Amino acid sequence: MTNYILITILLAGLVTWLSRVVPFAIIKNLTVPRWLINFLSFVPVAIMTAIFIESLLIYHAGHWPGFNLENIYASIPAIVAGVLTKSLLAVVITGVLAMAAIRLLGWG
Amino acid sequence: MNADLTFRSGLKDVIPTLFGYIGVGLAMGIVANTSHLSVLAVLLMSLIVYAGSAQFIIISMLLAGSPISAIVLSTFLINSRMILMSMSLAQYFKQDSLLNNIGIGSLLTDETFALSMNKLNQTDHRLKPNWLHGANLLAYAIWALATVVGCLLGHLITDPNQFGLDFAVVGMFIGLLYLQMITDRSKPIKLQLLVVIFVAITMYFLMRWFPGNIALLLATLLGCGFGMAVSPHD
Repeated sequence: MTNYILITILLAGLVTWLSRVVPFAIIKNLTVPRWLINFLSFVPVAIMTAIFIESLLIYHAGHWPGFNLENIYASIPAIVAGVLTKSLLAVVITGVLAMAAIRLLGWG
Repeated sequence: MNADLTFRSGLKDVIPTLFGYIGVGLAMGIVANTSHLSVLAVLLMSLIVYAGSAQFIIISMLLAGSPISAIVLSTFLINSRMILMSMSLAQYFKQDSLLNNIGIGSLLTDETFALSMNKLNQTDHRLKPNWLHGANLLAYAIWALATVVGCLLGHLITDPNQFGLDFAVVGMFIGLLYLQMITDRSKPIKLQLLVVIFVAITMYFLMRWFPGNIALLLATLLGCGFGMAVSPHD
């Protein structure tokens, strides 16, 4: 492993760690204003939606995003499994099996 | 998932999300191997950086010989959503020691954050450090292991996605998002649905100009603002 790789890992790790830890240190010693609590209360739904939608889109610099058809197709049975079972594990397994089937059949 | 907040319960609750770590971790190890990164470099990266999408970017930029400053800046931008998640989660640990807070923050991921938000709906809006330490530590160990195994098996498996394992992480977020929407009683389901639709449309438009990770952060901020604006005022 070269110094180039090692230094990159250490510095990338440092900025990531600071992003994770500094907010904890700040919030701990601060009375959080009501509006901020209200704002942050939308983070879970907003961020999970954004992560999900990102996986359905394909970024093309300078163009409208394309659609990741494989992921879109596999999402449908996964969502149905969620509605039917309310079980995280069932959603994950259904999605993985659906994706394996989609690839086997050459769709997407 | 029940209301139990012990270390053991954390280990148990995180299990369904582990498929995601294993799928993405194996893929990352394989990509690292084909990019001529050593097993030691992969292990160190997984232990020190510990961030899925950022590690993929770091590997591709290392391969391209990008300047360290550019790699570090990209890493920061991709992971800046951690700031929002940490701020959001930190409110529940204000009474706990600084050391516990640092411990929780150090190993927080998208997955364990989402899991914590789901857990809150079962526990009368309380969390305990030990529960999250359990979930975080198991996820951390599995991630490191999966990336190392992926790197070792790199030349055996040519197409890690063949078995659909790469979809595990998407499936997990579908499940976590759905459970969040139906169990979070603090907000009407209609309001949550509005935020979901708003963020989805915003993502599409933002990805006209920004790569996914930046769009994700901006869409989340806009989605929170939108949610505040349309929620009933008290």
